[in-house]
Amino acid sequence: MSRSDAIALAYLATIIAFILALRFLSSPVHAPLGNRIGALGMAIAIAATFAQPHLHHKLSILIVMIVSAPIGAYAARAVKMTAMPQMVALFNGVGGGAAALVALADFHHVAPEPGRIKTDVAISIMLSALIGGVSFAGSLVAFAKLQELIRGRPIVYPGQKIVNAVLLAALLALAIVVIVGPQRNALVIALVCGALLFGVLFVLPIGGADMPVVISLLNACTGLAAAATGFVLHNNVLIVSGMLVGASGTLLTLLMGRAMNRSLANVLFGAFGQVTAGPAGAAADADGASVRSTSADDVAVMLAYAKKVVVVPGYGLAVAQAQHDVRALADLLEQRGVEVTYAIHPVAGRMPGHMNVLLAEANVPYPQLKEMDEANPEFSRTDVALVIGANDVVNPDARNNATSPIYGMPILNVDQAQAVVVLKRSMNPGFAGIDNPLFLNPKTVMLFGDAKASVEKLAGGVKNL
Amino acid sequence: MHTSVIVTELTVLVLAIFVGVEVISKVPTMLHTPLMSGTNAIHGIVIVGAIVVAGLPDQTTWVRVVALTAVALGTMNVVGGFVVTDRMLGMFKQRRKPSAELPAGGDGSVDAARSERKAAPAPTERS
Repeated sequence: MSRSDAIALAYLATIIAFILALRFLSSPVHAPLGNRIGALGMAIAIAATFAQPHLHHKLSILIVMIVSAPIGAYAARAVKMTAMPQMVALFNGVGGGAAALVALADFHHVAPEPGRIKTDVAISIMLSALIGGVSFAGSLVAFAKLQELIRGRPIVYPGQKIVNAVLLAALLALAIVVIVGPQRNALVIALVCGALLFGVLFVLPIGGADMPVVISLLNACTGLAAAATGFVLHNNVLIVSGMLVGASGTLLTLLMGRAMNRSLANVLFGAFGQVTAGPAGAAADADGASVRSTSADDVAVMLAYAKKVVVVPGYGLAVAQAQHDVRALADLLEQRGVEVTYAIHPVAGRMPGHMNVLLAEANVPYPQLKEMDEANPEFSRTDVALVIGANDVVNPDARNNATSPIYGMPILNVDQAQAVVVLKRSMNPGFAGIDNPLFLNPKTVMLFGDAKASVEKLAGGVKNL
Repeated sequence: MHTSVIVTELTVLVLAIFVGVEVISKVPTMLHTPLMSGTNAIHGIVIVGAIVVAGLPDQTTWVRVVALTAVALGTMNVVGGFVVTDRMLGMFKQRRKPSAELPAGGDGSVDAARSERKAAPAPTERS
């Protein structure tokens, strides 16, 4: 067996490891093992690459790796669970950037002899540079939005869609020129710069509430860029791994879209949530219904004497970092014999499954976390639905009001509970900027304030009863 | 008859799509965040491409700098991706263990050290 066969087999082992890693993710029990198998697979792939016969400059490559590994490890350990969406966006961008740079470097290496690049390789280089560049810049903008370095609300200007469409068309035209025409370095650099610009312009108009969709889409993009790199270098492990990620990201993207009952096009181009809708502090609507504000002590009594309480967490819980306090409150209630579960909407938070991770961090056993389909039939038997920092995912307009922008989106039917308590910072509309009639429902009481402070007060109130 | 490389590669690509969809559709909603960060780590495989290009003979300085930057980005992607996924998955428990703190494991290329959450720049976004 030749050395290159051995290397190819090592890459096959990597592919198997990655597939197992994803397979093991079907249950939280085996998932940690799966992740380690995946890491092992990655180590095998890196070792096999170093074993390639014609690899030069091994020392400098190794030094770069040894220097940059702790940076990644530190970031991964230091990040708070509430900041996970930003972290994922950042790592995603970094991967996309790497793919674009590989394409750039490879093109520059082979380009001095025009005509030497075969068409299929040239196409792959262009795709890798284009998608990688978009993914890098787009992810960084998503990161900046989630980290609140720039405004989370959509940034729009007249003619935006046309500008984006023209830019994309120009980039594709440029790529075709490079593939069939003069294969000049400058053109490829221009392509990468254009892709970066497009990535920025493409994510800017997308609102913060749609970030779960954007992040999974960019995740898919980086996967595709990696797969394209595999075609450049004729490397199967890159093709397969990149495509696994591409499939995963695409699937998640579609899933998120379905959970919001909106098409991908609507999410990407709809500039959803740009409406600085309605009078923000509207405390009364046309029927004279008004918001009822209440005190923490009253809510504490409601909770303590309930039989069944369902907690509905949203992004506000993440912002306030209130997950540990919520769990402490739930513990107190459970000691009093109250049944506490958590109802998790698929798009609650800023990335798919965000709430599950936060509550897991707070040591909530995962069997208590109910998905939407499981949670909804329970609300009619629920005494108190405690909505913490969630808004759009409990908005009954999605069910009842055909004119609402979120009409048709499946929601958690908290209004079917005996009573609803909404913990909210203020009457400002949520990220999507839509009024929520739930707040005006006679069953609903509002407890204004920071989620963490409010939950602490509730726990104090329950303790004193 | 020999098929050309590109055809074989396309075959591999298409099969990978089917495997991906098959495997990932079995992942429960609860684990979608770890799935994202796990696949994030997996697309770090682009580091293999970065190493190959950085290791080409007779490079210009420009190619060398670009390729080594790609190696650096790829390394951060791989190490960070697997470590953060490991941390996250360590938190999912079926039953509550009092004061169970997460023992975080490492990945293949960096050694595992026990660690605890430290203060990181927190999001200050309001809903």
